[in-house]
Amino acid sequence: MRAADTHRTIDAVWRIESPRLIAGLMRMVRDVGVAEDLAQDALVAALEQWPQSGIPDNPGAWLMATAKHRAIDRFRRNTRLERKLDEFGRELASKEMAVPDLVSALDDEVGDDLLRLVFISCHPVLSREAQVALTLRLLGGLSTGEIARAFLVPETTIAQRIVRAKRTLSEARVAFEVPRGSELAERLSPVLEVIYLVFNEGYSATSGDDWLRPALCEDALRLGRILAECAPEQAEVHGLVALMEIQASRSRARVGPGGEPILLLDQNRAQWDQLLIRRGLAALERVERLGTVPGPYAIQAAIAACHARALTPDDTDWPRIATLYAALAHVTPSPIVELNRAVAVGMAFGPQAGLALVDELTSDPSLKNYHLLPSVRGDFLAKLDRWDEARAEFEAAAALTRNARERILLLERARAASPPST
Amino acid sequence: MRFMMLMIPKGYEKAEPGAVPTAEAVAAMMKYNEQLQKAGVLLALDGLHPPSMGARVTFAGGKAKVTDGPFTEAKEVVGGYWMIQVKSREEAIEWATRCPGNDCTIEVRQVQEMSDFPADVQEAAAGFSEMQSGKRNPA
Repeated sequence: MRAADTHRTIDAVWRIESPRLIAGLMRMVRDVGVAEDLAQDALVAALEQWPQSGIPDNPGAWLMATAKHRAIDRFRRNTRLERKLDEFGRELASKEMAVPDLVSALDDEVGDDLLRLVFISCHPVLSREAQVALTLRLLGGLSTGEIARAFLVPETTIAQRIVRAKRTLSEARVAFEVPRGSELAERLSPVLEVIYLVFNEGYSATSGDDWLRPALCEDALRLGRILAECAPEQAEVHGLVALMEIQASRSRARVGPGGEPILLLDQNRAQWDQLLIRRGLAALERVERLGTVPGPYAIQAAIAACHARALTPDDTDWPRIATLYAALAHVTPSPIVELNRAVAVGMAFGPQAGLALVDELTSDPSLKNYHLLPSVRGDFLAKLDRWDEARAEFEAAAALTRNARERILLLERARAASPPST
Repeated sequence: MRFMMLMIPKGYEKAEPGAVPTAEAVAAMMKYNEQLQKAGVLLALDGLHPPSMGARVTFAGGKAKVTDGPFTEAKEVVGGYWMIQVKSREEAIEWATRCPGNDCTIEVRQVQEMSDFPADVQEAAAGFSEMQSGKRNPA
């Protein structure tokens, strides 16, 4: 095998093995920085040896054994880490030093290790940016450079962010136990937010962007699916996965030939990826089977599923969507959720019903500069033949939006807001 | 990037109708499938009944001709597939090497995505995704 081929293969092996490797080492040394350093040492050794010796049969086991050997060498030289050597030595004494059969290691243990790494990477003591960078690095297997390119920041920014994050975790002496019970659900919340943030960053990427940006959707989906396997009893994890699968199913239909965004109701549904829709609906089924009260991600996924199931916009189950938005409003009340509910109610029960709900929102200060409020109101008024009022709303919306394409569309709607010619 | 891993079991071209793998083979494969699932890369997978239960349609001079299986001249036949989502060809190959196969071949093939093709091909294939999803003209 040529050197370049081996390197790419080693990259691939690293992407597959590094999360479990780092997670397993972290269980032993109780320090994420040290764990990553040891894992990197093992990678260096692999890059030195595998081009000659070939990729080992069980690369994960090779890397783990190598990391442990390196750990002993390091700890002997570094007195600060001597305490960790004690714990390590105990761990080593109880496990085989020869190539351990990691594949048959208790799945629970590996799952727990990954959960531990997930919770540490998204620890509440870290800023959201730090959580994102650390998660993509340790669990996503992205390099510092890749993370930087994906988020359009300099590489040094990400590098410093990660260094500071590890220091913060160290200084805060965060607990390394996997949270259980109600604490687990609580600690899961930032994890889901981080994953969804990564997804949305990818979803917002436009053509012409670095390919690593839209690839963030795949990174997020992969992380979500992994988490769903580690914590299968957590309905909101499946809810988030369902939401991402279904949203991702629309990637090809969302953008027009000129790069312009296409609204959901205007999309060519033949371009929706049925494989991903099927996966999203299956994830939603897992939520339902768990039988708990649906959380915000599960509800949003259920709304997305209503659209995914409709062969044409006319087939959309708007009453169900309206009910789901009402449920979402209970769980995460917000004027934006209410606005979305108003749209659904309008589609289900007619513009008068929708308008009644929107009118309750017009005095909400948080929606004062939100262009979609007058836009939605204008839409209802136009459907009720209240042309002058509709025109005024569309013009107001056009003035509020910062998106040039959107402004053009809204001004067109304002112009078109007049009685149809006979 | 999406890849298909096509399982080509040795001798499957001769398998009798209703042939099923042994319980051990199934167990080993289930463990492998779980690994793919836990890694978050598995998109889909299926096993296929042997060719003795299938048929081939050939087109000589534009005319369709149906032949029932088994196909004596076939040396290798597909027994099943996985579709995975990974970041590189090497990652797909690495996963294929981890399959617990004995006497079989796995062919790794990248799934074509529209963005792989130049603009004129994309235009010509504009109706393809409609065919894929079984839908005709959208509303």
